Amino acid sequence: MVLHGIPGFIVRRLLLGLLTLFLVSIVVFAATQALPGDPARAILGREATPDSLRALRAQLNLNHSAIVQYGDWLKGLLTGNLGTSLAARQPVSQVIGRRIVNSGFLMLLAAVISIPLAIVIGAVTARRRDSKFDHGMSVGLLGLAAMPEFVVAILLVVLLGTTVFQVLPPVSLIPPTDWPWQHMKEMVLPTLTLVIAVTPYISRIMRASMVEVLESEYVEMARLKGMSEHKVLWRHSVPNGIAPTIQVIALNLAYLAGGIVVVEFVFGYPGIGAAFVDAVSNHDIPVVQALAILIAALYVLLNLTADVVTILVSPRLRTSLK
Amino acid sequence: MSEAAAVPATPALVPASQPRPVVLLLHRSWRQARTKVGVGMVLLLVGIAVLGPFFAPHSPSAFVGAPFSGPMRHAWLGTDNLGRDVFSRFLWGGRSVLGLALAATAIGLVLGVTIGLFAAYSQAMGDDILMRAMDVILAFPSIVLALVAVATVGPQLWLLVLVVGITTAPRVSRVTRGSSVEIVNRDFIAAAEAIGEPRRKILLGEILPNVASPLLVEASLRLTYSVGLIAALSFLGFGVQPPAADWGLMINENRQGLTVQPWGVVAPVLAIALLTIGTSLIGDGVARASAGIERGGGDE
Repeated sequence: MVLHGIPGFIVRRLLLGLLTLFLVSIVVFAATQALPGDPARAILGREATPDSLRALRAQLNLNHSAIVQYGDWLKGLLTGNLGTSLAARQPVSQVIGRRIVNSGFLMLLAAVISIPLAIVIGAVTARRRDSKFDHGMSVGLLGLAAMPEFVVAILLVVLLGTTVFQVLPPVSLIPPTDWPWQHMKEMVLPTLTLVIAVTPYISRIMRASMVEVLESEYVEMARLKGMSEHKVLWRHSVPNGIAPTIQVIALNLAYLAGGIVVVEFVFGYPGIGAAFVDAVSNHDIPVVQALAILIAALYVLLNLTADVVTILVSPRLRTSLK
Repeated sequence: MSEAAAVPATPALVPASQPRPVVLLLHRSWRQARTKVGVGMVLLLVGIAVLGPFFAPHSPSAFVGAPFSGPMRHAWLGTDNLGRDVFSRFLWGGRSVLGLALAATAIGLVLGVTIGLFAAYSQAMGDDILMRAMDVILAFPSIVLALVAVATVGPQLWLLVLVVGITTAPRVSRVTRGSSVEIVNRDFIAAAEAIGEPRRKILLGEILPNVASPLLVEASLRLTYSVGLIAALSFLGFGVQPPAADWGLMINENRQGLTVQPWGVVAPVLAIALLTIGTSLIGDGVARASAGIERGGGDE
């Protein structure tokens, strides 16, 4: 059966997403096969004894061919068995379980603040197009977007945490028994860093989209009817300006998945990003694999959602699929 | 405005007698104030990175005082976590960031342009396969891919350059393919094929010059990104290794003394910030000039 219209599009998009994830899993697995020589020896280093080598080889499933290893790993992945962390000697799911919540909360905070903020900035700069304010914002946002996250993070720490003002905690250590929302003061700087990282791009696209909307005939019509400029902007223009921006919003949320790696490391925030850096330092391959797949899956999922939502909210695309 | 009349309304092709589009584009870009500011910032930082070591008062590995001492007569920016001169290490620390980022960007450009051109020119099957492969690379945030590679092979500089180059390639190839796909079907390509020009010559001689403008914009964007990524990897401890002097690594080493001796962190942080802002301003200036030329209109 060939599906048409919107369901067909969603199914095709979903299959493409699954295919991408499958290829991603091969890449992640193959990367860990690239270990020169004996992986077990490379991981254990100088502490290797014949016994520990044998045990680790069995644990990593190294006694089988690469294809069997991959099959077992994929099966585990699909059934929720992510293997055992080499450093913590605990199941990977246990090591990263609570950290997923922490990272999720950080990303959620950043998204909830940056999306409305970017929409407002985009709308206002488009409304006051080519004014001094517009030019100033354009250069300012460009500069903020250019800096790597860790540079933004450290500048914020110097400015608000340690040197110029001492109003916010420069590190965001959260006790393992607490939830991050019990420590909102510690959340401010990491969240602010991520907001600075993603807001400029979204507001830029929002501005471009709003410039087009504000020149359209229905906006002219609304103005001619004598509608207040405020209402024209916020009630009639902004909702139409958002549709083309959704894709960029999703891309930037996906970008947060990469951004948390460095930001969590800077602030010592106990999320999956910091765990990823730790796992890389410790050669903890099972954790590296699990987190790489997790982050890539999030990335693919957000892109997929963006495509579907964009189709659903833009009438022109919707009808072209029928 | 006198030149604007000579600019064709379609994306500029390469008629033999007119100035080449890239020259025109650079000329237009230079008129943007932000391009000049960007060039100024980049020149300053490149100057520090390249010439700095000749002016360093101390060796980057010499111990000149107690760890984390504040600024003093013979160490203007104080000392670092081991008691070495921050100012000298700052002057030495730009070369690696700049060199590695340039190398990675160059690899990414060569790979991306090659793949993009082949995809556009081969169309159908080849196009699909190449672009899907690029999608897979794009399914990872660059830093995650780099860290997976480091986790297996270890912190090797050639590896970082290669991985950053590989993550740069898909974006470049998309831009190249996007702007060359329509040119591939133009008559002058068919004409070149008809007179039996070799494929390499068609790709590099006929198609590439026509996509140079969007590539220039993309290249500056990618360089900004590579500088950030390379510096971030050194900052995480997976890039340039101690005892080398490197801006990213310096930030990591001196972070613990931030409250008593901020200069060891602030100097390299400001350098990376200015460098990335500078390259990004240049890119934006070129992009604006390019958009202006395509509209066939005025300078803005």
